[in-house]
Amino acid sequence: MNNLRRNLKAVYARAYVRIVGMNREPSWVVFTIFLPLLSVAAFVYVYKATAPPEIINSLLARVIIGGAMLAFWMNVLWGMGNNFYYEKELGNLDLYLMAPISKTSILLGMALGGMFSTTIRAIATILLGAVLFNVSFTLESPLSLGLVFLMTLTSLYGLGMLFASLFLMYGRGAWHTANLMQEPIFILSGFYFPIKFLGFFIALLASFIPLTLGIDAMNQLLGGSFAKKWSLLPVNLEILILTGLTAVFFALAVKALNFMETMSKKEGRLTLRYM
Amino acid sequence: MIRMSILKTIKYSAWLGWEMDSNWTDPFLFFLYSIVRPIAGTFLVVLMYWFIKAPEDLFSLMFIGSIFYMYIFNVLFGVSWVIQEDREHYKVLKYIFIAPSNIYLYLLGRALSKTIVTTIAVLITGVFGVAFLGVKISLTNPLLFLLTLALGLTGIAAFGIIMAGVSLLTARHNFFIGESLAGLFYFFCGVIFPLSVLPSWGQIIGKMLPMTYWLEATRRALLGFGDPSLSDMPDIKILILLVAFAIGFFFISILSFKFCSNLAKKKGILDMTTWY
Repeated sequence: MNNLRRNLKAVYARAYVRIVGMNREPSWVVFTIFLPLLSVAAFVYVYKATAPPEIINSLLARVIIGGAMLAFWMNVLWGMGNNFYYEKELGNLDLYLMAPISKTSILLGMALGGMFSTTIRAIATILLGAVLFNVSFTLESPLSLGLVFLMTLTSLYGLGMLFASLFLMYGRGAWHTANLMQEPIFILSGFYFPIKFLGFFIALLASFIPLTLGIDAMNQLLGGSFAKKWSLLPVNLEILILTGLTAVFFALAVKALNFMETMSKKEGRLTLRYM
Repeated sequence: MIRMSILKTIKYSAWLGWEMDSNWTDPFLFFLYSIVRPIAGTFLVVLMYWFIKAPEDLFSLMFIGSIFYMYIFNVLFGVSWVIQEDREHYKVLKYIFIAPSNIYLYLLGRALSKTIVTTIAVLITGVFGVAFLGVKISLTNPLLFLLTLALGLTGIAAFGIIMAGVSLLTARHNFFIGESLAGLFYFFCGVIFPLSVLPSWGQIIGKMLPMTYWLEATRRALLGFGDPSLSDMPDIKILILLVAFAIGFFFISILSFKFCSNLAKKKGILDMTTWY
């Protein structure tokens, strides 16, 4: 019981630091809301320049949803995947490992804190995007939308925990890998165009990234009739797959964390800096 | 003698830049890494245009804009990032300042290595675009292209050094400053869509930015046509603007970097660390 309490406290403490840390500089809030809006605006104008009027609302809705969900991907890559690397560089990782708590609690706290902060930014992107670009969303089933959002985030942050475990051992390589996983995933997850356009099999492979199914389902539930026409799978099936992905990623993350920790200790790389 | 010393500083800082950027892996993997990200960024917009079946001319305009924007992002943002990396991560900025070489030349050298890597990415994406995406690059005016490229890259590197100077004085904002500028240029310079789509206030801002004219001249030189909303501007006028941009920003960068570094020294923040 004491052990559980201690770990829950660790989850809370790590989440608290993340929420406070991400907002310690007030101007960051402005930057993190308006920066994604700039790229969203550029993609909105691509469709404004090229798309026929009857489908433009569905496409703009897709760009705005993609822009909002992009914040989560960036948070997972940099705030989760690379976090242990940053901690190692700053010298905090040793303290985490010495503390009488499970490393999974640290990861879970990081995930919850990141989710909270990023959700606020994502909501701001959607609201501002809808107002600035005059886009209407058709909310068909709030319950399904809530479920899709929840399952997308849990599976995505499960993947983030897995990245964090895998990147634990690597130094700068992890930083560059995260860099490399930005734009290609923007393509494979269908942030700004329907993923089905790439062909069913590529879309199916891309579905291992939870955002692919999450974005597809959200578009079906918010983007109107054309979004349904471009959908990959029925929403209920996508929720089911996302639930499965959550379980798989969490289980893999816990295993990978233990494995990588042991291996890094053996190879003496756990606290090695500037590498 | 002085010229030799200048060239030596630029050469060795370019080499250092390459070593620092690439020493986490073998050269081939680094080469792949350096080109995959920008190419994917271009390909994302290519797919959007394909999905919507956009007209061929518009696609070519977007393609050229998109690949040459890589210079704006990588060189402008990259040079200002050098200060961050050297100060906060490697903690060597103070040593670079006290070394007998000139810090401005050091940054120019770092810009050079980023320009070379970006040029490879631009070339590969360009060849891919011509071979597989149906982009018709006719190189109608090679002289205009070479002049434009030289002037644009000088201006972009100088702009990067201006931002590097600002980075010396700012804490916790440097990433956002670079990204914001790159994002503003991406939006207002008509990189991936014609300027005429923007609302009138957006077009006014776009027409005030030198990068807009750099991309326009590049498109005219490579494709034989440019953004319809800039068609009333003759080539020579654009070239004069680019000359003013390159020379003006070059001198501003020297003065502003000197001012910012002196201020940073006075305030005692030259080696501050804020990445915690």
